[in-house]
Amino acid sequence: MSVTPPPPAPASKSWTVRTRERAVDALPPEKLLPDGQPTYVASWIYVFGVASIAALSVIIASGSILALKGPAWWHYTGVGHFFNSIHMWGVELFFFVMVVHLWGKFWMAAWRGGRTRVWITGAVTFLVAVPTALTGYVSQQNFDAQWIATQAKDGLNAVGVGAFFNVTNFGQMYSWHVLLLPVAVVLLVGAHVLLVRRHGVVPPFEIDSRKAALASSSAAAASPAPPDGSPPPPTSIGAPS
Amino acid sequence: VSFLRPTDDTRPWTGGYAPYDLIKELFIAIGVIALLAIVLSVLFSSPDDPPSTIAQWSRQQPINFIADAAKELGGTSDTAEYGPPYNHNGEGQHAAFLYPQKWLGVSHPIDTTNDFVIGPLNTIPNDAALRSAVAEYQAAPAATKKAWGEAYAKPLEEYETATEEGKTPPSTVSADPATGAVTVRTSGAGPVPVMMSGLLGLAQSGGLDGDLLTSKQFFQTDYTKPLLFMADGGLLDERAEAQHLLGEQWGMMNETGSYPGQAWLWLYALWYQVEPFKASENADILVMLVMGALSLLFVCIPFIPVVNRLPRWIPIYRLIWREHYRAGQST
Repeated sequence: MSVTPPPPAPASKSWTVRTRERAVDALPPEKLLPDGQPTYVASWIYVFGVASIAALSVIIASGSILALKGPAWWHYTGVGHFFNSIHMWGVELFFFVMVVHLWGKFWMAAWRGGRTRVWITGAVTFLVAVPTALTGYVSQQNFDAQWIATQAKDGLNAVGVGAFFNVTNFGQMYSWHVLLLPVAVVLLVGAHVLLVRRHGVVPPFEIDSRKAALASSSAAAASPAPPDGSPPPPTSIGAPS
Repeated sequence: VSFLRPTDDTRPWTGGYAPYDLIKELFIAIGVIALLAIVLSVLFSSPDDPPSTIAQWSRQQPINFIADAAKELGGTSDTAEYGPPYNHNGEGQHAAFLYPQKWLGVSHPIDTTNDFVIGPLNTIPNDAALRSAVAEYQAAPAATKKAWGEAYAKPLEEYETATEEGKTPPSTVSADPATGAVTVRTSGAGPVPVMMSGLLGLAQSGGLDGDLLTSKQFFQTDYTKPLLFMADGGLLDERAEAQHLLGEQWGMMNETGSYPGQAWLWLYALWYQVEPFKASENADILVMLVMGALSLLFVCIPFIPVVNRLPRWIPIYRLIWREHYRAGQST
């Protein structure tokens, strides 16, 4: 008795197929994880983007260890205090490298060439990171937490936010700090990185069209495509700023 | 028109590519940042000044505690007159026609007379004199309560004023260092001295810290009431001033010790140092609105005329891409 193969799937595309095709169209693997970068990506300022992600990773790792042991652990053990210190310095480094990254991208006008959403996701990440840190400061269960909470409440109450975001409620602040706001930051950073990969790193200003053309053609002749042989990533998708 | 909406002449890159290992770069960056964080942790640790408690406050500053408790009882403390989200005794701050504090209403109700004083006093067992004093106070008309409160508060205010001005405080108020008991010599205060004495004893025993936590369930996480009670008094302020944390010392962007704190809040803290915010009764809402507007502008920089051209006009980009331009010039 022979087994009859199932009939081929109908031509109409499922949601899954459409999602997959759109994702692959927007970010084919060689564009998502390229093994080459445009030759103009040659400055220390580019380090601060990946340094921001690295600092966020350190924050999440140290914060996860603190969360595993509970909010009081770091007050009465040396190991706990050490991980709290790593967490705190991770946050300081995160904001430092992120601010340098933002200034660098401002002076590059990195929103050019259809990269407006790249700038917006980066800027919103910075703004969401601020309350993420604040909720950490008021969840410390020490004098800093007491003082910062009693001071921060006035600004938040004045604009009505205090009605549903109570900085003197430790339980609420701890929930926001270890789950809700970090998830928001990670999602924003993820969107930011995917947009960067999709649009590519913003090219330099063209200071002289003739020289720029010469530079382009010269460089292209030296290395016309990414080292993996894939075509150069297209750029300038989206509305110009 | 072109000035307001400049042409974006950025063209797709058609030039060369250099080998670049993104994943390796990420792992190296994580290693370097982790190492930096560890080195900073080893060298500088992190601050952890123990929290204050109401027991500590009432033992270290019993007169200040009594003075504040009398205001909580009479409804004249900062918390009692705060308005939303704690009570209806004030409208809260506003800016022009914007009253968001009032509009959002009372979400964390606090009645300082009952929540901070009467309620905790009712938890003290086996004290007939105290029970009688509380009953007498609750049965009295509002005008009588006010007169008792003012009679009791007057010598305490004189004492605090003299202390702040560095003068010899009046002998009408004294604290026994051995027992921590406070004596306020006054007349016409009705049952208030007995009530305040009872509350001071409860606070010094540590009982008031627990009583002020939300008491509807066993597990507690909401410290709004004890924090606001303590914030009305002098202990937190005194500790904060010593640790450069007051508003005029750039406030909450700092933290205890010589740590960087929330340095990214510098612009937020800056407004409180300058007029018209500094002297305004509505400073908090004004500063928050300014920061909200600036945050929106920050996000919208790509669309803001002039600002979005600054990077073109101020050629810092020549430094960033100097290798690229040098290669172009040498061609």
